Amino acid sequence: MRELFESSIETLLADLVTPAFVRECEATVWPASAWVAIEEGGFCAAAAPETLGGSGASWLDLYPIVHGTGKHALPLPLPETMLANWLLGRAGIPSILGPASISSVGALTQRDGKVTGHVIQVPWGRHVNHVVAITRDAAPQVVVLDRASASSVNAALNAAREPRDDLHFLDVAPIVQAPLPPHLPEDVLRRGAATMRSAQIAGALERILDLSMGYAAERKQFGRPIAAFQAIQHQLALLAEHVSAATVAAEEALASLDRDLDVLPVAAAKICAGEAASAGAAIGHAVLGAIGFTYEHSLHLYTRRLWSWRSEFGSQTAWAQDLGRAICESGDRRLWPILTGTERLGAADTSRGGGID
Amino acid sequence: MMSIRQFRRGEIPPAAEQLRADVRAFLSSALRDMPAVERAESWMGFDPAFSTELAKRGWLGMAVPRRYGGRELGPFARYVVSEELLAAGAPVSAHWFGDRQTAPMLLRFGSESQRQRYLPSICRATKFFCLGMSEPNSGSDLASIGTRAMRVTGGWSLTGRKIWTTNAHRSHYMVALARTGDRTDDRHDGMSQFIIDLALPGITIRPIRDLTGNAHFNEVFFDEVHLPEDALIGQEGSGWEQVTAELAFERSGPERFLSSMVLLLSLIRTIGSSPDAYQAREIGRLVARLCTLRNMSLAVTAQLEAGESPTWAASVVKDLGASLEQDIPEIAHNLLEVMPSTGGDGLHAAVLGKLIQLAPSFSIRGGTREILRGIIARGLGVR
Repeated sequence: MRELFESSIETLLADLVTPAFVRECEATVWPASAWVAIEEGGFCAAAAPETLGGSGASWLDLYPIVHGTGKHALPLPLPETMLANWLLGRAGIPSILGPASISSVGALTQRDGKVTGHVIQVPWGRHVNHVVAITRDAAPQVVVLDRASASSVNAALNAAREPRDDLHFLDVAPIVQAPLPPHLPEDVLRRGAATMRSAQIAGALERILDLSMGYAAERKQFGRPIAAFQAIQHQLALLAEHVSAATVAAEEALASLDRDLDVLPVAAAKICAGEAASAGAAIGHAVLGAIGFTYEHSLHLYTRRLWSWRSEFGSQTAWAQDLGRAICESGDRRLWPILTGTERLGAADTSRGGGID
Repeated sequence: MMSIRQFRRGEIPPAAEQLRADVRAFLSSALRDMPAVERAESWMGFDPAFSTELAKRGWLGMAVPRRYGGRELGPFARYVVSEELLAAGAPVSAHWFGDRQTAPMLLRFGSESQRQRYLPSICRATKFFCLGMSEPNSGSDLASIGTRAMRVTGGWSLTGRKIWTTNAHRSHYMVALARTGDRTDDRHDGMSQFIIDLALPGITIRPIRDLTGNAHFNEVFFDEVHLPEDALIGQEGSGWEQVTAELAFERSGPERFLSSMVLLLSLIRTIGSSPDAYQAREIGRLVARLCTLRNMSLAVTAQLEAGESPTWAASVVKDLGASLEQDIPEIAHNLLEVMPSTGGDGLHAAVLGKLIQLAPSFSIRGGTREILRGIIARGLGVR
């Protein structure tokens, strides 16, 4: 299954998402035909159960898809749509068609079946058909909102010029809603989205390693390729270490979405991927020198995403502070049982789902 | 990218995971009275009686076939037991090198009689092994060694010296790399490995004090030491191949990221349940890195279980792991106003003092940071 996903996403994105295409989208063009191609690939509802219009695939099998959207800097909300449909599936709601996004930042509340509030930094908020969110109520609801029903859209772009828009909803009836299942934590969308970004970071880092190795082998200075210099070799080795760490951490976080949504692997992934993003982008730019600082070269298509994605859905500092507090609160005696999975972080808490948010 | 594909997710099978509870229960009573400052020695702690206790419980030779006295439970079972021992700061040094390295090496390259002779004693913790690699003028450049074994009637005559040999002064045997042929254009040619009985005449072992004041490692002199024919491991001239084959075992295990675990636990205990923002952030980062390194090590273990030899991935684990092990004492220093002490009563200051002093060795032993990054770069194809 996984190999099939890996080869199909690679084939699709290698042809579709060229650096020129990514640059076009930076002019905030919505590439409608590209979205159709993605949707026809059957990825959008892959993580939703078959009974609700999906493919019933595990996130672990879908890892190459999310990784691939990072590796190719896909300027479309595929991970967001996959995550939205997965959550809908868990809540018993059928998958939705078209581009969707999710919101885990902001506050929506519900009264008399109508939803009111702000959601902020919604990926591709201006372009998507639907926004999936969880209301902040005593009985939280998973809601599907028609983006067109937003009373205002405050358009903004992240450092990679990807839309991250603030939307306001005023007394809007959701298209569909269902109670958040009791086994899911209220911050499930933040955990899920942080996991998506971690896997995308791992993918973008892999591309940066490719670009850096290729350039180091071609570029000659002092009469030899710069890859012949030990200083460069060790920089590339360090970059490869960060790619490896981010990949392993992200894969473990995706596996936790399949299981019990344990917060430790999710936090570990966003922290390690975030730190790898910082270090990896710096090494890529160091190796490529001035040409890597030009708009013409494609390096920045990936490094600007790293600088954006590492801060989205919780920076490494936000996740590290939450994790550190939870670890200190549970005490030194529980650290090793938690790391080895014989106990669960926050399991002693009485809050639903446990853990940190 | 093929190298990075060596990190395919590894999950501990239930049969191996089942061992954990017993090991943990045993350790919590066996180490109850061992002061934290001693547990902080981590896998440098040497206690033959403790190793014997582990052997009695069947926790040595986990990956060794039953016919040689092992448990035949595979790399994951060995991993579970190892990480429990290391996380608790158990004194495992006596049996560690034989169990980790000599046993799989003999299984792969040793003769049947060597296996029958040595493996049961490794599994029972009755014989301890040390590894003779570095020499005074051959550290990172291992292929430049000068210790030589000459063919003589009935065996070999060994002359030369080894240095930084951990536990040589309290081991029964050394597995040593020596030159058996002339230097050729291929600098990895002409070397062989031998099992050396350290009680043989002509061997002088001189402990070297390290900067912490302890003497774990040694200089070992060989003066025309007569080795029997069957001291040679595998084919003459295959020493380099054997040494590099062991690297995946040597560099990927939990001892490559858990050496500062006792300090991390002590740090969390001392900070208490209400860390400030900076302390919370740094503890969170360390725990995240620990979690990820463990998963990376498990991925390598899965490759070992599958019969692969993922030396590239093992080098990545060791380099990242050493950085974490060295960052823990530095971060501990930055998070609390504590004067690192020497000795003392086992409180945090003494544990911090111990790890600050031990930390430089973490990126030297088992391959320096520079050597590891060279191996990683070569695996990427840029070298």
